[in-house]
Amino acid sequence: MELRDTPDEAAFREGVREFIAQNLPSGSKQRSARRFEDADRDWSRKLGEAGYAGLTWPKEYGGAGAPYSHQAIYLEELAEAEAPSHLGVIGLGMAGPTIIAWGTPEQKERYLSKILMADEIWCQGFSEPDAGSDLAASRTRIEDQGDHFLVNGQKAWSSFAHIADFCILIGLGLPDEPRYKNLTYVIVDMHAPGVEVRPLVQITGHPEFNEIFFTDVQVPKENVLGAVGDGWQVAMTTLLHERGTLGFALSATLDVAVRKLVALAKDRNVTDPILRDRIAREWVELQALKYTNYRSLTTLTKTGIPGPEGSASKLVWSENNQRLTKLALEILGSHAQLTDGGGYADGYWQYQQLRSRGNTIEAGTSEILRNIVAERVLGLPRSR
Amino acid sequence: MDFAFTSEQDDLRREARAFLEATPSPSMEQLAELGWVGILQGDDFTFLDASVLFEELGRALYDGPFALNEVAGQPGDDVWSIEIDGFVPHLDKVTRVLTPDMRGTKAQGDTLATVDETLGLGRLSRNGAEAAQGEWVDVRRRLLAALALEAVGIGSKAIELALAYASEREQFGKKIGSYQAISHSLVDGYVAVELSRSLAYWAAWSVAENDEQVDLAVAAAKSQASEAAVLACEKSIQAHGGVGFTWEHPLHRYYKRALWLEGALGYGREHRAEVAEYLLSS
Ligand SMILES: Cc1cc2nc3c(=O)[nH]c(=O)nc-3n(C[C@H](O)[C@H](O)[C@H](O)COP(=O)(O)OP(=O)(O)OC[C@H]3O[C@@H](n4cnc5c(N)ncnc54)[C@H](O)[C@@H]3O)c2cc1C
Repeated sequence: MELRDTPDEAAFREGVREFIAQNLPSGSKQRSARRFEDADRDWSRKLGEAGYAGLTWPKEYGGAGAPYSHQAIYLEELAEAEAPSHLGVIGLGMAGPTIIAWGTPEQKERYLSKILMADEIWCQGFSEPDAGSDLAASRTRIEDQGDHFLVNGQKAWSSFAHIADFCILIGLGLPDEPRYKNLTYVIVDMHAPGVEVRPLVQITGHPEFNEIFFTDVQVPKENVLGAVGDGWQVAMTTLLHERGTLGFALSATLDVAVRKLVALAKDRNVTDPILRDRIAREWVELQALKYTNYRSLTTLTKTGIPGPEGSASKLVWSENNQRLTKLALEILGSHAQLTDGGGYADGYWQYQQLRSRGNTIEAGTSEILRNIVAERVLGLPRSR
Repeated sequence: MDFAFTSEQDDLRREARAFLEATPSPSMEQLAELGWVGILQGDDFTFLDASVLFEELGRALYDGPFALNEVAGQPGDDVWSIEIDGFVPHLDKVTRVLTPDMRGTKAQGDTLATVDETLGLGRLSRNGAEAAQGEWVDVRRRLLAALALEAVGIGSKAIELALAYASEREQFGKKIGSYQAISHSLVDGYVAVELSRSLAYWAAWSVAENDEQVDLAVAAAKSQASEAAVLACEKSIQAHGGVGFTWEHPLHRYYKRALWLEGALGYGREHRAEVAEYLLSS
């Protein structure tokens, strides 16, 4: 056991720090971790060019082929500097890894490096009005028309769709086949005729996710990932990456939140012992999440498989973030009602607290995640 | 960055677990035969090696002074306990007692009836105290880490018992573990224990390395692990239904140990007050 950086890790960390010092746009600190649209493309491209965007991706696909520990260090340093993350969240975290796992050589060539450089933005078209947690109930039709697919249907709550160039889409490809064997997974050009994006205003007042309507959208045959009917398996790869590799990104955002919480408490000179107890608890919970991520990172590095201890990261993080942002509002007191009162109340915490309610819904609801931990990690009998 | 035990430490864990399954209540002589007594004294083992034992002894609900004797860190052949919050655990099983003023006293006094019947708390008569070796801050750090590790052992065992029961017991024609009210509650217990395990290992490493964050690490680990152990036991008792409420079932003994650990050397809020002081005044 050695929790300090190895010489190689220390050198890498130094490099990241230097890069941030030289390239971080001024003023981004105030905006950081506010809304994802604030992350600007220039900064994202710089991250791509410096090799940070695809740290753990294989070199042949434009990645750095670096160990997972570098990814963790990179995210820690971004958090330390309160720097914005790369804009291509869905591309980097979901579409890219899925294309690496299932894509043809042509698909890898076509899409991967543009994801890293933030030249093309991706969105995820999984959820539908009648298929959220129950993703396998997806009803968007992906019909094989011989020389192309024809897509018809509706997706809901798709983040980034309003700025996306491509969508990873799952739908019904083989309607006569049984559940789990009837789905197909395709890459859809968001600029194709028949694709209509309608922004949905969130609880925060900001339209950050969207409905997508597909009406007779023609999708080239070469855009299928895996085979027709493999959609469920391909989607599992996407979700594994969505939830699995997110660990360090989550503790990094929580780290920023705890720093801001502590700064707020100092600023307001919090002396109430109950508030102080709760602030300390959030710090302790952050350390617990961080060191749990280190444990699963070590397991991942040694065995290639993430350890079971990491499976709960997202579950824990979402609840921590909800508690923490609520606590910040309590510290703000009556100012918490102001969205633009200057000083203490610039609207940051007000936005974050409302936004945090989505954390236990997006990327698998907490109930679904508890089912997964119960069944796959703890081996309890299935609930369905 | 390498946050795992070595293969030697994993071997030690296997050896300890097998031994304690056969001998859950070993004497200090038996533990000495295995070479574990005084493990922190020589140069061959670190606090991390000892921490493997502390956790495994917790899991086995071991009822003796081994960990206290180790963290007291006194030379010689005496078996030591430590006065904690005014009481001395296992007073009748040790020969000397270390008090927070760093004095050693002959183990004499009254043994009191305790909720955790295996604790053997005693009230020390302070006759003939002599100066002991070392500093209380160091003893306290080691002790907090050891209590956290013991709590991790207790908490994970409590969850394991519940998982086994929920996978077997049927009501309404179904295994009770298939009901989400049961499974989700056990997931929360499991997650709390695993998170606190990470803190306990961080604390153990920090003690072993005398890391600059050691005081924060032991405060975080002790508060979180002991609270997680209590939570895990409470969830386990609930999942066991009436069976879990009986004297016959071992669960209540895990629970009572967890309750002791939660309060020993201060409840969570006292440790979090230290953390808050560090965060808000630095
Ligand atoms: C901020 C945000 C961003 C999102 N971004 C995207 C995106 O980019 N792309 C995308 O495809 N989707 C996205 N979503 C959608 C998200 O994936 C779904 O909302 C989520 O999977 C839940 O589906 P649902 O809304 O249909 O709720 P439902 O599945 O109807 O769930 C309603 C409630 O029932 C519970 N429930 C359902 N099934 C079970 C069960 N088996 N056991 C116990 N409880 C159950 C749920 O936990 C929930 O509490 C986003 C959502 C949010 C909030």
